[in-house]
Amino acid sequence: MPGREERKHRYTTVSIPVTLYNRIKELIKDTGFTSVSSFVTYVLREVVADMEREKMESETISEEEKKRILERLKALGYL
Amino acid sequence: MVSRPHGGRLVELIARGRRRERLLREAEEMPRIPLNDGLAADTVNIAHGVYSPLEGFLGSDDLYHVLHDMRLSDDTPWTIPITLDAPRETVEALREGDEAALYYHGRPLAVMRIEEIYTWDKEEYCRLVFKTVDRNHPGVAKTMKREEYFIAGRIELIDEPPEPFEKYRLWPKETRVLFQAKGWRTIAGFQTRNVPHRGHEYVQKAALTFVDGLFINPLVGWKKPGDYRDEVIVAAYQALIEHYYPKNSIVFSVLRMEMRYAGPREAIHHAIVRKNFGCTHFIVGRDHAGVGNYYGPYEAWDIFREFPDLGITPMFVREAFYCKKCGGMVNEKICPHGEEYRVRISGTKLREMIRRGIRPPEYMMRPEVADVVLSFKNPFIQ
Repeated sequence: MPGREERKHRYTTVSIPVTLYNRIKELIKDTGFTSVSSFVTYVLREVVADMEREKMESETISEEEKKRILERLKALGYL
Repeated sequence: MVSRPHGGRLVELIARGRRRERLLREAEEMPRIPLNDGLAADTVNIAHGVYSPLEGFLGSDDLYHVLHDMRLSDDTPWTIPITLDAPRETVEALREGDEAALYYHGRPLAVMRIEEIYTWDKEEYCRLVFKTVDRNHPGVAKTMKREEYFIAGRIELIDEPPEPFEKYRLWPKETRVLFQAKGWRTIAGFQTRNVPHRGHEYVQKAALTFVDGLFINPLVGWKKPGDYRDEVIVAAYQALIEHYYPKNSIVFSVLRMEMRYAGPREAIHHAIVRKNFGCTHFIVGRDHAGVGNYYGPYEAWDIFREFPDLGITPMFVREAFYCKKCGGMVNEKICPHGEEYRVRISGTKLREMIRRGIRPPEYMMRPEVADVVLSFKNPFIQ
């Protein structure tokens, strides 16, 4: 497993405007978020996941394979 | 529309045709890594995309992030380490960069390109995954018995181990086609390791009220002594579905995967797995995947707040009980009556009744299900 030196790199620093920082700090009072960083991480993960989902192409499964799967499902009584 | 696979792509690592024949031949010459039942199940699950986006057993970097951040090193949510352990005498014959054959019951099951061989800290693993190092915890006890090395690398399946429940075993690719063929857009996954009692039925039907289909997906494989045997669970569910469920709204399929009893972390893992099967929703029960008093009753609900990017919606359904005044199964959110009217279904009490051959009352278990369970000479794991 990575040593102590590498563990320091679990987090990095990004800059946000101080005004936004203060606004978030006020907003998260009495919520489950313990810091501005944890709030920003949460929001970014949500946004990034949405953006990634939009970029993903539809699953591709060949018609031949789909037919084979449907036949097996019918044979097993699922359809 | 069925859920996107976790990490964006459904993994399929199965050698076919001439490639398979060649790898089977080559496997004979490769150094061997023996697999036990649990490791064999994990290997097959990786290959069939149950653990997408994993393409193999975790390396030290991924393991570190799974333990400390509950995410893979690329930030994808992942809470339960999927690792391959081996003793010193096995790893002495292996080199990073080489190919090895994963052997199960004397036959080559898969080939692996070895990316890393490393040691691990069992205490730290248990403290982070199980939140305890108490050897009485079945997950801790099992982990402490594991070997001192982990081997990481991408795998490719070259054989399928026999599955006693083949008729009831579907893979993610198949369920995804099945759900689409049924025209389901929303599917709730239900994880279980128990025979169904009225409380389970209530929870499943409460969820089904809001989605197009219900995917009942019990685990088969290693469980702790005192849990129900796999064949009892399967037979009991068949009886329940036959008599009490609308056929077009249910898909029942088993999943060979070991219970870890890691409570909240395992709840996330169970949700990820069902997302790969195509579920859009996942039912999270009280003390999900818990054991004893190691986890709070609703800790498995709270942990979902840490994963805004999980990609599957948890359904938190409260524990059901029978209310004499309401005259049916209810939960504390919808029943105004006091404790004196409430009859709670205790899994422990139910097991004790079954162990003594006593037929559970109908408010606890459907008679058709009770008949099936009681028909087994010993329905429990010794």
